[in-house]
Amino acid sequence: MTAPALEARGLSRRFGGLVATDNVSFSLQPGARQALIGPNGAGKTTLINLLTGVLKPTQGAVWLAGRDVTHVSASQRVRRGLARTFQINQLFPDLSPAESLGLAISEREGRGWDFWRAAGKREIVAEIEDLLTRFNLSEVYDQPTRALPYGKQRLLEIALALACRPRALLLDEPAAGVPEEERHDILAALAQLPADVAILLIEHDMDLVFSFAARISVLVAGRLLCEGTPEEIAADPRVRAVYLGEDAHG
Amino acid sequence: MTDVLAHLRRRERWGVAEIAFWLALVAGIVAFPARAGLVNEALIAGLFALSLDLILGLTGIVSLGQAAFFGVGAYTAAILANAGYHDPLLGVLAAIVPTALIGFLTAPLLLRGSDLTRLMVTMGVALMLGELANREDGLTGGADGLNFTVAPLFGRFAIGSFGEGPRNAALFSLAVLFALLFVARRLARSPFGISLTAVRENRLRAGALGISAAWRIVAIYTISAAFAGVAGALLAETTQIASLDLFEFHRSANVMLMLIIGGAGYLYGGVIGAGVFILVRDVVSAETPEYWEFWIGLMLVALVLFGRERLANLVRLRR
Repeated sequence: MTAPALEARGLSRRFGGLVATDNVSFSLQPGARQALIGPNGAGKTTLINLLTGVLKPTQGAVWLAGRDVTHVSASQRVRRGLARTFQINQLFPDLSPAESLGLAISEREGRGWDFWRAAGKREIVAEIEDLLTRFNLSEVYDQPTRALPYGKQRLLEIALALACRPRALLLDEPAAGVPEEERHDILAALAQLPADVAILLIEHDMDLVFSFAARISVLVAGRLLCEGTPEEIAADPRVRAVYLGEDAHG
Repeated sequence: MTDVLAHLRRRERWGVAEIAFWLALVAGIVAFPARAGLVNEALIAGLFALSLDLILGLTGIVSLGQAAFFGVGAYTAAILANAGYHDPLLGVLAAIVPTALIGFLTAPLLLRGSDLTRLMVTMGVALMLGELANREDGLTGGADGLNFTVAPLFGRFAIGSFGEGPRNAALFSLAVLFALLFVARRLARSPFGISLTAVRENRLRAGALGISAAWRIVAIYTISAAFAGVAGALLAETTQIASLDLFEFHRSANVMLMLIIGGAGYLYGGVIGAGVFILVRDVVSAETPEYWEFWIGLMLVALVLFGRERLANLVRLRR
């Protein structure tokens, strides 16, 4: 059996007296489609920061493809196959989508320190074009990112993460703030993410969660309350009590 | 979509305006040798401003201490010449070594804190190096500075204040500026250069693409220091003196001013800004020798408040 793409082993993080993450363990198998839900303040952001290496855990470990990366820097974890998107767009306003993707590919290929040869290499163009097509960015490939409609920027968020060719991908509320008429673009993009990439979707939008995820984990007050299939989660009275309520999935 | 490659490479080709710019400089120096001293000063200031553009324009790292490297470069050339190594090209190349080293060693100081922190840290480093040069007067001549002479370039072209000296000096400076701008141009269009843009525009996302901003900043600061060192060496060689004022605050401030006047981030801004700065100084100070900086000040306020493009449209001088 292959090692999980991403694994949390008893992760805890305290801020002073506050326990933001409390003994969280889970694992993502290669190709997993898992969602992480939880009410506001449940510690989702802290958990992402622990997984990506922005924060160090007070206790516990993070494993990436069978290796302990707890003490590996955030940028090194990216190189070992852990990519993420951001809830609030984190893009390069002056670069075009094509340039941004080219940058991500160059870095992945280890050319980031090449200061002499041109960035625009023939070898990477096919991959850039492929990503542009898959994320519906072909029409705006040469526009500065700051000039793109919000929905296109959300797509570029995901495309950039995918350009890192991750084994595991953390999607932090990919549909946040996207207007209704541009939503199907995001859903389509999520639906055709590569099947071998393990994906953890952090999302408030229950429709999106239940349509995308094969498994759902529920985080409450820094702890994993339960984990299961969408049906199990929807039927779990504890989840309904603390999170779903009457209106969200009734 | 077939144009993705052309789009990525759109800034690689040399434009007509760009080539004309360089040819005009060569022609200007040859045609007006009497003004060569002034042109030389502007070219060296332009190279100095280019060094700042690498960190400020490209990478978004502010500095008010670029004169530290300017001074060290100048003294390197002067000390070498007084030790018997008079070759001007050797002096310029040698200036790279200590400046790059000091840049590399002080760059980690720029990684923490805000822009204000960086302004203060870079200023502080320049102050310290200036005083170090003041104290080590056995090596640097202290407050008197170091007078020295350089041999003719390639054994043929005399550099100095007399005869063809100023013209040769300006052509030498132009050649060095061109060489380093060529390097900067390659660098800015390389994957490394794009990653500096990424670090400037969004360090969080750059990190999420696997880019360690700290090392990129250390690298470009080291290169920038070497560029400034070369500029300092050129100034010392063409004026045949290295003096303590090269380390002074007004040098660091003026070079930032020149870069802002010309526009940061596209490499030519520093060269153009330096030209404008020195031209304004020359023209206005002929009228009012004491108050010429008034006009530089006015220009600066107008530029940053109203923006370059709107001003350019106003006077119908679209770039």
